[in-house]
Amino acid sequence: MVPLKYNIRNLRARSVSTLMSVFGIGIVIAVMLSMMALNNGVQKATTTSGSKDAMMVLREGAQAEVSSWVTKEAYRIIRELPGVRKDSKGQPLLSPEIVIAFKIPKKDDPKGSNVIVRGVTQNAFAMRPNVRLIQGRMFRPGLNEVIVARRVRDRFVNTNVGDTFKFGPQLWNVVGVFDAHGTAFDSEIWADVDYLGQARKRDAYSSLVLHPVDRAAFESIKAAIKNDNRLKLAVKSEYQYYSEQTTGLLGIVILVFIVTAFMIFAAILATMNTMFTAVSSRKRELATMRAIGYKRRTILLAMMIESAFVAFLGGVAGVLLALPVNFISTGTVNWQTFSEVAFNFDVDRHVAMLGILLAVVSGVFGGLLPAISAARMPIAQALREI
Amino acid sequence: METLVEIRDVRKVYKRDEFDVPVLNGITLDVPRGDFLALMGPSGSGKTTLLNLIAGIDRPTSGRIIVDGKEISRFSETALASWRARHVGFIFQLYNLIPVLNAFENVELPLLLTKLSKKERREHVTAALNIVGLSDRIFHYPRQLSGGQEQRVAIARAVVTDPSILVADEPTGDLDARNAQETLDLLQRLNEEFDKTIMMVTHDPKAAQHARRTMHLEKGLLVEMQEMAAAQA
Repeated sequence: MVPLKYNIRNLRARSVSTLMSVFGIGIVIAVMLSMMALNNGVQKATTTSGSKDAMMVLREGAQAEVSSWVTKEAYRIIRELPGVRKDSKGQPLLSPEIVIAFKIPKKDDPKGSNVIVRGVTQNAFAMRPNVRLIQGRMFRPGLNEVIVARRVRDRFVNTNVGDTFKFGPQLWNVVGVFDAHGTAFDSEIWADVDYLGQARKRDAYSSLVLHPVDRAAFESIKAAIKNDNRLKLAVKSEYQYYSEQTTGLLGIVILVFIVTAFMIFAAILATMNTMFTAVSSRKRELATMRAIGYKRRTILLAMMIESAFVAFLGGVAGVLLALPVNFISTGTVNWQTFSEVAFNFDVDRHVAMLGILLAVVSGVFGGLLPAISAARMPIAQALREI
Repeated sequence: METLVEIRDVRKVYKRDEFDVPVLNGITLDVPRGDFLALMGPSGSGKTTLLNLIAGIDRPTSGRIIVDGKEISRFSETALASWRARHVGFIFQLYNLIPVLNAFENVELPLLLTKLSKKERREHVTAALNIVGLSDRIFHYPRQLSGGQEQRVAIARAVVTDPSILVADEPTGDLDARNAQETLDLLQRLNEEFDKTIMMVTHDPKAAQHARRTMHLEKGLLVEMQEMAAAQA
């Protein structure tokens, strides 16, 4: 085994070139991590929104809540189904909700974007423990009051507590701000379901969310709804619903993959370039080591380790460079609902580890050809290199 | 005297593009144990090629090379590397020290291929640096040493494993007269006191005078042999 200090001191000896490689790879990894963080944020915003235990009832064939309706008659039937969990007061844990997308002006874009306004009852809060009021107070039933998600308040005009905005013919008062822990609800405005229904002249709900008492109840409720010809409704788990919403954001995922693939390729080329230079400037010394008795595979391994180490440092640099994007919050349009999904760039531990791992992998691949060329040099010839 | 190196009808042909360039045209030579042989000849005569073949860093196109009873020309690449580690010490014109390792670490490099403990390695390295008179430069890096000192470190590296044979390719080619003299004296001492078999390629007739005998290569053939030791006797 070639002593590790040989590799490390060589990297130090050509410190300028090493630093440039580390930063080169670092920037590549940082861009890649930002893309992954974006993907991660979108995934979190959608998949963590839904619980696997909760059931979501929608119109048969509806892809999203905005294009679904559930009649009040259906609500009353489902409310009485056996297997629906009850709260401490013996009331069924069932949340009828109205979901409407409407356009409001953004701080950086006066034309605005669609935002989901969700009409809910008190049950909605019991069933979504992620949603917490962080400022102001709860809306009161029967009034034109709303609470807005923190990320909506940050991105849209007139959405601070005390502000009033126009939605349809009515004026709405913002009375509170909530945080939904990175879930899809972070992109929404919530109001009282009955008042919202009257104001928008809706006599049907968009969806129902309910908690079954157990897994068996989940299946029996699902079967009961499916088999009731009056209802024409479909049931899925809330988790499944939000996972499916992600497919509307497939473009981002594909983009992330394409950019990541190109970035890895760039990192491999960067490492390869560095290592070819390193090998060619050390031909004589590598040939000397082989003459002394170091085997081909030992030299190969030494050069691969050196390459992987440079790439590892590049990966660490990339994570450090990418950390500031963590604080960026932005939005994209969910094409299923035509409304904004707010999310954070999320460079978490897994993304960071993956970034470093990909850097090392690209170091190994990038170092392979130069290392092979170092190990295969004819000794007698390479000894004459100056 | 016992023969250490037997070379039998060795030919070496290099391929340059589609042309065959013959370098050695059937060399037969015996080198006894304890010999100090100088190989002379004009550029391109094949002296370095012959030295490389004996040292096992190149292979003959045909013919046999037997060192210490082993036909090294038939060894695999890996076996040859292990064999070199145990049996050959290399001394180069440009010293070929590893710039990022200090004198001690450079000399220790061949010992890392042995099973010696760290303590044993330290003892061997210290002894080798003592022999070449550089025990006060142990932690100096090559760039902090003069050419002559670098070559002495390289000689310490060559002898530290106690190899059967030392091969030196123009060991004084890059040194001034005084350092060249010191290097040759050192090689002569290694031959006489430590009984090392040495094969040295040189252009310099004065350097060759330190050897026991000199052979001339011309156009790939051994053309002349001077039994220096016999002549001096």
